[in-house]
Amino acid sequence: MAVQQTPLTGVSVTFRRPLTSAEQIDAPRRITLLAAMLVVILVALLLGFIGWNGIQIVTASHYGIGDIFSTVWSPTDQPERFGILPFLLGTLGVMAVAAVIAAPLSIGLAIFMAEVAPDWARNITRPAMEVFVGIPSVVYGFLGLTVLVPFLRENFRGLGFTLGFSWFAGSLVLALMILPTISAIAYDAFISIPQDLRSASLALGTTRWQTIRHILIPTARAGLLTAVILGMMRAAGEALAVQMVIGNRPTVPTSLTQPMTTLTSQITLDMGNTVSGETWNQALWTMGLVLLVMSFGFVLLVRALGRRGQAS
Amino acid sequence: MIARSHRFGAVLTAASLFVLAACSSGATPSPSSAAASAAPPASTAPADSGAPAGSAAAGGGAPVCETGSITAAGSTALQPLVDKAGKDYVAACPAAQIQVQGGGSGTGLTQVSQGAVQIGNSDVTAESKNITGLTDHIVAKQGWIMVVNPDVTNVKGLTSQQATDIWTGKTTNWKDVGGPDEPIVLILRPESSGTRATFKKIVLGGATEATGQALTEDSNGAVVTAVAGTPGSTSVIGFAYYADPANAGKVTGLQLDGVDASVDNMASGTYKLSAEGHMYTKGDATGLTKSFLDYIMGAQVQGTTIPNLHYAPVVK
Repeated sequence: MAVQQTPLTGVSVTFRRPLTSAEQIDAPRRITLLAAMLVVILVALLLGFIGWNGIQIVTASHYGIGDIFSTVWSPTDQPERFGILPFLLGTLGVMAVAAVIAAPLSIGLAIFMAEVAPDWARNITRPAMEVFVGIPSVVYGFLGLTVLVPFLRENFRGLGFTLGFSWFAGSLVLALMILPTISAIAYDAFISIPQDLRSASLALGTTRWQTIRHILIPTARAGLLTAVILGMMRAAGEALAVQMVIGNRPTVPTSLTQPMTTLTSQITLDMGNTVSGETWNQALWTMGLVLLVMSFGFVLLVRALGRRGQAS
Repeated sequence: MIARSHRFGAVLTAASLFVLAACSSGATPSPSSAAASAAPPASTAPADSGAPAGSAAAGGGAPVCETGSITAAGSTALQPLVDKAGKDYVAACPAAQIQVQGGGSGTGLTQVSQGAVQIGNSDVTAESKNITGLTDHIVAKQGWIMVVNPDVTNVKGLTSQQATDIWTGKTTNWKDVGGPDEPIVLILRPESSGTRATFKKIVLGGATEATGQALTEDSNGAVVTAVAGTPGSTSVIGFAYYADPANAGKVTGLQLDGVDASVDNMASGTYKLSAEGHMYTKGDATGLTKSFLDYIMGAQVQGTTIPNLHYAPVVK
């Protein structure tokens, strides 16, 4: 029986033996093949479309790469400047802080569910987490806007939360959102560790904590990193909930307590008001392309981790 | 163990898909015929003595029915009006179908020039977006009002100069304009917004806003929520949203240069923070599109619907 090494990251089809001609004309197989090809074609078209639109600002409007990755975003001034660096840094920043908050919590939760919890506790926490995943992001944003933002402003003004809308608020909302994602994948990583390892470790007289600390966590490391990266991917792509609490200030983020903005948030703010063909609109596509490249990077990272996990 | 892990993964995947779906449906402008109808305060007719009642004689301005199906998309500021007019038209001419969608002025202009919709609604001119080949129909005048959080007492209004100083970041405390000793929190719309462009042109005289010290919210509704919830904050919203009973008491409206922000003052030209609402067609309008635009320019819409929804008519 094969153990799934990297869930959610891709489809690998293994044919166990050559197909007979009877199987080749097998209708269900054709249908599934068609479905798979359709998805591949769709993805290719999508990539081509976003890629083509994303480079228009360079090819059609003759902005340099340096102009695009500058910190000045002033699309209504003359000359128009479309530096997307504040948004890119915002996305990376809000994502990183969210991961720092969420990773220890959710890996702790996964360890609890996989290794520590008695059955009755697992029976409560697992469904609770599944419900967590199902809450639409706009609800998180709404909670953040009506509860978190005023709370930060009223109780932590002394720390610099003059407005409540802040980098930290965005990261906190995101941390909550990616917590179940990371937990679920980390949980999978722990329970796919062969039971023999635990038995051998315990037979040597270790405590449960020593087994977790010295055997299980190092063994599951690739899976845990995958979990955190997939969580960060979800964080990078989230627009709505974050937009509602970060204040959307298009400058390079400098303080956790002050407003900032992200790529996704800026795209949703401007997309309805710009027209296609306009340089401004092209800049939005470029931001989309940057997000796409980022998620490509993450996928490659996850795949590399998966391979390393397989090799060891 | 393994079977359990796979089931769990499946649940997670299914749940994530659901979240994605929910998320995208939240971000996509949906056909508004149902949604927007709740927004305009249709029953709260202001004192529209200034409206051109003379031309709105009994029975005047009823639609000349055409059949077919058209879609109008674009400006959310103009949407309540187009939506109401569309509903009234279809009520009188059941053989016609008129879909009204939001999406923003840019979306309206793009879609009409691509032929995806028959009418593109916009707060800004097509020329300002370098789009040619469209026929402009100016259907109404729409107004905006400066609003503040209710904790900013003693400020009845701002002059254009005071507003410019606040919006450019020169004035940062309400006490400098006669209010309480409280920092000013500026809430802007995105730079691509028609509201922001209009305010910048008419009130700020083109001066650049202090974006780096402000918050940005992307719709009238989000602005009302943010201003109502943030002490010392100020922003600009459309008349229809300010007059919406659901927003009553949440924010305080300000005078501009000593003039009340009212439909009458906007119609007479004394209140200057207003702009024309455009409905663009690709080439000349024909068929149902022409009939619908004629209806909007007719006495019934110009004389009754428009003032009821806090716009000002353009046909006297």
